[in-house]
This record gives sequence, structure tokens and C-alpha cells, in this order.
Amino acid sequence: MSRGHPHDFPAAAREALADAQLRANLRGATQTIRARRATAVAELPDFEELREQARRVKDDALGRLDELLDEFQAAAEAAGARVHRAPDAAAANDIVAGIARDHGVTELVKMKSLATDEIGLDAALATAGVEAVETDLAELIVQLAGDTASHILVPAVHYSRGQVRDLFQRTIAQGRELSDDPHELAEVSRLYLRERFLRARMGVIGANVGVAETGTVCVVENEGNGRMCTTLPPLLVTVMGIEKVLPTLEDLGLLLRLLPRSATGERMSSYVSLLTGVMPGDGPQEYHIVLLDNGRRNVLADPVGRQALRCIRCSACLNVCPVYSRVGGHAYGSIYPGPIGAILTPQLWGMEEHAKLPFASSLCGACADVCPVGIDIPEVLLHLRARAVREQAPAPEKALFAAAAWAFGSPRSFDAAQKAGRAAEAPLSRGGLIRRLPAPLAGWTKGRDLRPVARETFREWWTRERGGETP
Amino acid sequence: MRVALFITCVADTLFPETGQSVVRVLERLGHEVVFPAEQTCCGQMHVNSGYRIGALKLARRFVDVMGRDDGVDAVVSPSSSCVGWVRELLPGVAREAGQEQLARDAEALGGRLFELSEFLVRRLGVEDVGASYPRRVTLHPTCHSQRVTRVGDAPQRLLARVRGLELLELPEAAECCGFGGTFSIKNADVSLAMLADKCANIVATGADVVTAVDPSCLLNIGGGLSRMGASVKAVHLADILAAEGAS
Repeated sequence: MSRGHPHDFPAAAREALADAQLRANLRGATQTIRARRATAVAELPDFEELREQARRVKDDALGRLDELLDEFQAAAEAAGARVHRAPDAAAANDIVAGIARDHGVTELVKMKSLATDEIGLDAALATAGVEAVETDLAELIVQLAGDTASHILVPAVHYSRGQVRDLFQRTIAQGRELSDDPHELAEVSRLYLRERFLRARMGVIGANVGVAETGTVCVVENEGNGRMCTTLPPLLVTVMGIEKVLPTLEDLGLLLRLLPRSATGERMSSYVSLLTGVMPGDGPQEYHIVLLDNGRRNVLADPVGRQALRCIRCSACLNVCPVYSRVGGHAYGSIYPGPIGAILTPQLWGMEEHAKLPFASSLCGACADVCPVGIDIPEVLLHLRARAVREQAPAPEKALFAAAAWAFGSPRSFDAAQKAGRAAEAPLSRGGLIRRLPAPLAGWTKGRDLRPVARETFREWWTRERGGETP
Repeated sequence: MRVALFITCVADTLFPETGQSVVRVLERLGHEVVFPAEQTCCGQMHVNSGYRIGALKLARRFVDVMGRDDGVDAVVSPSSSCVGWVRELLPGVAREAGQEQLARDAEALGGRLFELSEFLVRRLGVEDVGASYPRRVTLHPTCHSQRVTRVGDAPQRLLARVRGLELLELPEAAECCGFGGTFSIKNADVSLAMLADKCANIVATGADVVTAVDPSCLLNIGGGLSRMGASVKAVHLADILAAEGAS
């Protein structure tokens, strides 16, 4: 996810906010999923207990990651899978493209997978002469539009039905007139995809969980396209982030109680597939698993920030976030947007390009409330803000905060600063309000007034009224 | 009870009437209020903006100043956000920086540090403070009062017992108003989009007054309402509780 230049979240957000259609699409979608999640989670009387358990299980697994990865690899290989280790995106892409090349594959089908989006696999395969067809409906929409995902779980959340109809009409409808009826749109994509499934000789999927004791990969989905990818082609590849590994099948069971409810507000996903190696005569006859690092060990090295690796990609934090639900995913400049993206992206791929993301939050805390694995997102945001300031705060800002810290250093200097502020503001105040402030405070008055320093501060009042020493 | 007022730098500078209201309410209930005049800022703005060294210096100073008077039974503030920082977050941040003594001192102070509404309802068990405020009021439950300081329904309980006051339900009440400290400047456009929705919801209630337990959120909401020309006023809960006008 290297962009080569610093990502300007405030500017990207400003652009997104100006798009009325986008705002309407996002608001509708996030509020619907938010309500569904709340209902589904409320059904679990022991949600708090479950998430505490999940937090412990994930922390335990992250604490002995190498051991579990070795165990996972040994079990998967014993069951007939072939396991590869990829330190970064380029290595992972090379491995997958190499597998395709070795088998003379020029077209493959893909299940929705964030890990493959993260490494830009589709583009890398295209360069290698392999066409990757996205088979998840939303991923297909994004692919046909030449766009990128804007949500972890519903990648095309920024599209309305009408926009999808227009897109399909332009691309896969083969001249058929379409309405914006979801069933009709799904039918068009089904016809298009069915042909691809039947002729595909290779499938690529991600992983929701890898189970160390059995070498099993678990993927969940609702459309059945994933089941097609995992059963039809004779050759299958999984790209799995190394943080996805859990010790036992029982741990998987725990996560499956939390994931669908937190993600889509369902008790269980329609399709839960468990893939363990290869079975002669049944399903893919060759199965490769690529274990992807791509910055994850950077995250693991930070004692506060590492909790971000607990994330199971449910996206509940996106749907409740007042920032995400207004600006959408693209503004974050990463495949991982929203609150979790704001803490994951800079840790995975460096502060140089992503230093503004930890500041893309009002610290309202709604994200931490819904996280099914207890990630204290505000805590990590503050931690990363400190890192961003240490590594690259602009000098004028540093000077301002140093001046403020000095002024707060004693009641004498604070009182002097209050009086100086009052005097400086006086020419700006109209009718007891400040309607326009100069930089760097201009953002405040862009759309709201400011109450000026009081004629008499509290400490001045206290001194006058109740005596005590003058500060 | 002898109560020390933690005024906060924002209320001290911009909302002195709210500090006076806290004094009035506590004295009306028979408590002695002292104001440790050495206090300045608790360091929240610095920590939220990433300036940890400055934040911990200010927090060290704050904890010393407010913890000095052994005769004080409780430290009370009209800001849930500042209380939340010192009581709920500072110990962890201090430990992360290797400042164990500060962490312990913050924990000790935290044991008697309260936001005003939780102090009245949870600590003192008082819901009727003898206030009278014949207006239509809606409550914005601020993010930090709900999720950091966790004052629960203490503000609602107090408002329910104010004579003449009609409490109106705020749609999408739990949504952030968009303040977020320096977020309101650094990400002004997103902040203003959040504020616009909050203000629209407030106006839709038909209330005369919107109240909250955080001066900084009220600074934001009040500024938004004033800019849009709305007649609704942003008033701190303490100011409502201090009011004794004829009902």
C-alpha cells in the first residue's frame, strides 16, 4: 500500500463530503447495517463475556504467533496443502502468479478477500497475463467500474442501485435493458459469473481464520460464490494474513459467534467453508496457502498498537463511526478504512505516508463500544498520534503546543495568557461572537462562531468575589 | 463535605458562569467549595493532540495541585471529558511512559474525582437540587460522559427533577457533535458536517435550550447553532441546576 507520497486525509474527506450522492448512499447503508448489528448483538446475553474471551484468545495467539504458524503449516501440509511464506506484497503476488503460470492458467475466479486487495493481486496477475474475475457481487461492481473498495465488508457501499444498474448496462448486461430491482441486477451478475465459474481452472480466496491444530482455513460468505471458488476449480490458492491463525477449532467456534453478528447483523453467515488440505476426488486437487506478513510484524512489535491485529474484519467500527459514515472509505487512502484503518494502516505501512490517519477521529469512542474483540481503538489512536508528533509534527504546530504548555505552567502565566487572548480577540468580536478567525484557527469559524474569552474569567471572579490571593 | 472545584481551562476562560453555577449548586446543598487557584490545565488537549511530554508535565502539575489539600473530600468538575482523561486514561498513559508514581497519584486522585452530575447522583444520591427552569430542554449525551467517564443517566435524572423543565428527546442523541479537540480544526470539514447534523437534530426537537455536561461540546454546538441563526441556546447542565427562577 505504498503510495509514494503522504496521504492528505482532510483534503480527501473534503472532496468526499461535497459528493451528495455518496453521502446519501453511505448514510443509508451504514445506518441499516448499524441497526441490524445492534439487534443481532442484543440477542446474545453474554456478548460482553464472549468478546472478552475473543480478546484473550486473539492476544494469546498473537503472543505465540511463530509457534502457531509452524503448527498450522505442519498440519496443512500433512493434509496435503502446500504452504508458502510471503514477507511482503510483491513476494505474495509472485507466488500466486507463479502458481498460475506453472499450470498454464490465464483466467481465475476470486472470492472476496481483503488480503488480496491489500497486495494488489488482481493488478499483479493482469501484468502476468492472468485475468482475475471477482465473483463477490460488490467486488464485481468495483472491478467492473475500475474502482476500489470503500468498505471492508460491503466494498460497493458507495454505489446506489441506480448506479449499479447503469454500470451493468454498460458492461455485463449484453444489451439487456435493466431496472434497478436488486433481484434483476443479481440475476445479470449470476449469468455472467456462472460461465466464469464453470470454466475456471484456478480459484483464489482469502481466510477468515486459520486453525493451527488442523491446518484448516475457514472462509465465511453469503452469496455462495465463495463455495463455487472453493469447490469447482481443480486448483485453489488462499492468501492469509499471518494474524489470522488461531490455536483450535473451538477458538474458531467462538469467533464465528461474534463475526456474523458484528459484521452483517446475522446469527450466522449463509456459507461457512472449512478447507483442510486436499481430498482425492473431492474439490480442488491442489491447494496452496500463502501466509502473508506485509507489515504485520511491524504492528506486532508495538506493545500498545499490536491489539489492532486482533481485528477480524467485521467492520462494525466503520458503520458506527461518525467520520467514516460521512466520508466513506476512499478518503482513508487504504484498503482498510474507518477507525480500524486509522490505526492499522499507519502501523502496517508507515507513518511517512499515513500520519494524518490517527487524527481522522473525534475520539468519540463508538468504535471501541462495538468491537467484538475489544480493540481499544481510541487508545491506539492516541498512541499513534504521539508517534506521529514525535516523527514529523510541523514546527509551527510544535511551537504552538510548547507555548500552550508554557502558559499552562503556572496560574500567573495562564492568567496573563487569558488576558492577552481577550485583548487580541477584541477587534474580531462582533456582538459578543467571533465569526472569523485567522489561520491556524480558521477551520473553526468556517462554519461556526466562537465564544470569546469571558469579560471576567472564573479565576478573576473567584478572586474578586471570594478573595484569596491574586494569581 | 469539602469540595474542590476543578474548573478546567475551557470553562475558566470561556464559561465562567458555569463554574459559578457549580459553586452555587454545591453550596445550596450545604457543601463547602474551595478553588485551588494554582490549577491551570489537566493536559487533555496535549495528549489528544499527540503531545505526550507536555501532557504528562501538565498532568503531573494538575495531580499535585488538586491532590495537595488533604481536607478535600471530593474534586468536582463541570467537564466529563477532563475528568475522564485524569481518572480513566492518565494512569495508563503515565505507565506507558514509565511514570509509575504519576499513575498511582492519578489513581489516588481519581478515587475522589467526579464529573458534577455523577457526583450529585451517584456519590451524594441527590437528584432534586432545588432548581427551577421553565424551559423546553433537550440533552446531548456527550461521547466522553457516556463512554469514558460513564456517567450513565445521571444528567437525565437531575433534569427530570428540575421544576418547570420539559425534557425533549434528541434524535440520534448518541452521535458525536464533531468537536474532538483539535479535530475540529485539523479536520474542520468533517467536524462541521457532524456538527450540522447534530444542530439539525437539536432544532428539530423544538427545544429552547440544548444542554450537556461538557463545556467544549457546548462551545462547538453553541457556535454551530449561532452560525445557523437558530434561536436554541447551548447551556451547561450546571447552569440549569443553579437556576432558581419562579416556575
